[in-house]
Amino acid sequence: MPERSRADLLLEIADDELILGWRNSEWTGIAPFLEEDVAFSSIAQNEIGHARAFYELAARDLGTDADALAFDRRAEEYRAAPLVELRLVEDWAGTIARHWLYETADELRLAALKGSDEPEVAGLAAKMDREEAYHRIHAGLWAERLRDEPRFQAAVDELWPYALGLLEGPAREELAQRVAREPVEAVERGSHVAAWAPLWEEMTSVRRSAPVGAQW
Amino acid sequence: MTTTDVRTQEFLDYVQAGGQVETGDWMPDEYRSKLVKFIEMHGNSELMGVLPERDWILRAPTLQRKLALTAKIQDEVGHAQLIYRVVEDLGKPRSACLDDLVSGKAKFHNVFHYPTKTWGDVGVIAWLVDAAAIISQKALLKCSYAPYARIMKKICWEESFHILHGRDVILAMVTGTPDQFELVQEALLRWWEPLMHFHGNPIPADEDPMVIWRIKSQANEEARQQFLEGYVPQIRELGLEIPDPNLRRDDETGVWSYTEPDWEKLRAVVTGHGPASQERLDFRRLSREHVEWVSQVVLAEAA
Amino acid sequence: MTLVWEVFRQERKGQPFAHAGAVVAPDLRFAEVYAREQYGRRQESEALWLVPRDAVHLVHDFPDEFDLKYRRVDGYSIKARLKEARERAGTLQG
Repeated sequence: MPERSRADLLLEIADDELILGWRNSEWTGIAPFLEEDVAFSSIAQNEIGHARAFYELAARDLGTDADALAFDRRAEEYRAAPLVELRLVEDWAGTIARHWLYETADELRLAALKGSDEPEVAGLAAKMDREEAYHRIHAGLWAERLRDEPRFQAAVDELWPYALGLLEGPAREELAQRVAREPVEAVERGSHVAAWAPLWEEMTSVRRSAPVGAQW
Repeated sequence: MTTTDVRTQEFLDYVQAGGQVETGDWMPDEYRSKLVKFIEMHGNSELMGVLPERDWILRAPTLQRKLALTAKIQDEVGHAQLIYRVVEDLGKPRSACLDDLVSGKAKFHNVFHYPTKTWGDVGVIAWLVDAAAIISQKALLKCSYAPYARIMKKICWEESFHILHGRDVILAMVTGTPDQFELVQEALLRWWEPLMHFHGNPIPADEDPMVIWRIKSQANEEARQQFLEGYVPQIRELGLEIPDPNLRRDDETGVWSYTEPDWEKLRAVVTGHGPASQERLDFRRLSREHVEWVSQVVLAEAA
Repeated sequence: MTLVWEVFRQERKGQPFAHAGAVVAPDLRFAEVYAREQYGRRQESEALWLVPRDAVHLVHDFPDEFDLKYRRVDGYSIKARLKEARERAGTLQG
C-alpha cells in the first residue's frame, strides 16, 4: 500500500472533524434539552476548530489555504470516514453512539500522532487531545446513562463497522477491546455514503456562488 | 379599597420608584401573569430564532464564518436556557412553555416568522435584527423583576459580538463582487418591514402595562427611534438603499418619520400567520417528539 | 433529589463567588459539563461552585425592633461634641 503523504493524513483528520463538526452542529436548537444543546454545540465548534488547524497545516504543504481545502475540493476528493457522513439527527441514541465510538477511536489516533517525529503534527495532536479530553468525558457520561437503553446498544452495533473504518491496523483491535465488540468487516475510508453528495452540494453552495477567491 | 388593592397599590408605587422584586416576594396576580407571559415570549423568541439561522451553519462559506455563526446560535440557545429558568422559578415548567409554544398559544417575536433565503439574510439578521433586539434588551436591564434583570446583563454582554459578526459579514459582501452587494441589498429590502415592526406598535408609555409595572423601562416608539437613529446612518453609509421613501430625520427634533407600518400585519404574523410560522412550529414540535424519550430517561423529574 | 444546580461564579482570582444562575442536569458530573459551558465557554470565569438547589437555604427578614444603632456607624453623631471639644481646646478652625 503506498505511503500516504503528510498532507493526505492531515486531510483525513481535518475532513473527519469538519464533517463530524457539521453533523454535531445539526443538533443546534433541537437537542434533547437546552443545557445539552449548548454543550453539544461547543463540541461541534471544537471539531471545526480542529479541522481548521489541520487544514492550515496541510495547506502549507499544498500551497493553498484552509478555506480552499475545506470548501473548494470536489466531492470525491474528500477523505472523511463514512462514519461521520451519516445523517443521524433526530436520533439521539445514534448520535451518542457515534460520538462515543468516534471519541474512543480518536483517542487512539491522537495517541499515535502525538508520537509523530514531526513536531508540528505531534504538537497539534497534543493540543487537540487536551480539548478532546472534555469530549470524552461528555461521551462517557452519556454512554453510561444510555447503556441500558436497547436503542443505544443497537445503534452502537449498527455503527461499529463504520467506526472501525476510522482507524488502521492494530489500532482496530485496540478499539474493539475498548468498546467491547468483536472486530468485523469495516466500512472503509475511500467510499462515501449516500448522504455525502447532497451534503457536499449544500455545504459548498454559497461558496460556489461567487468566483474562487471571493471574500466572505 | 380591599387589603389586596392597598397592597397592590403599594407594590405599584414601590416598583415605580425603582424597587426590585425577587422570586419569593409577594406580587399582585396581574404583575405575575404579565411578567411570566413577557419573559416566556422572550424565551420562545430566542429558541425560535435559532431556526432561521441554523441551516446556514452548513452553508457558511468560510471556516471562520461557520464557527462564528455556530457560536452566535449557541448563545441564543444559552439565552433561552437562562430565560426559561427564570420562568421555571416563577412556577411554570419548561415543558409547559414548550407545549404552549408549539400549540401556538404562546407567542414569539415577529422576525422569527420569516424565511431566510440567502447569505445576505445571515448578515442582515446578525447585524440589524440583533441590533434591534439589543436596544430592547438594554432597556430590560432595569426590569423591576430582579432575576430577569440579572440575566439580561449576561445576555447583553454576549449579544454584542453578534452585531459585530453581522456587520463584518455585511462589510465583506458590500466590498466584494456586485452580486455579493446585491445579496445584501435584496435581503435588506425583505427585512426592512419586519425590522420596523420589531419594537411593536406605538403604545404610549403611560398606557403600556409593561412600562407601568416597570417590566419594560422603554416605550415601543422610543426603542424604534433609537434603532433608526443608530442604524439608518450606518446602513446608508454603505451605499445600501432602505425601501421607505418617507424615512427621514427631523434635524431639529431628532425624530425620525417613516411610512406607518401595517400593524394589522404584525398582529397576523405574531399570531402564527407569518410566511414561515407554521413550518417552524411544526419543525419544533416534531423535533421535540423525537427526543422526548431522552428527558424521560435522563431527567426523571422532567423539566 | 434536585435536578437544579445553582452556579456561583468567580470572575477573577481574589473576587467573591457570586450567584450566576442555575443549570438543570441529572447529576453533578453533567452539571459540571453544563455549567462550564454556560458560564465559562469564553474563559469568562476563573472558577465556579456548583450547589444542588436543595442545599441552598434562604434566610431573610432581619428585624431591629429596638433600633440598636450603636452597632453601626450611623448610630453615632459626633459633630456637636467634637465642636465643643475643639472650642474648649482653642483648636477650632474657622
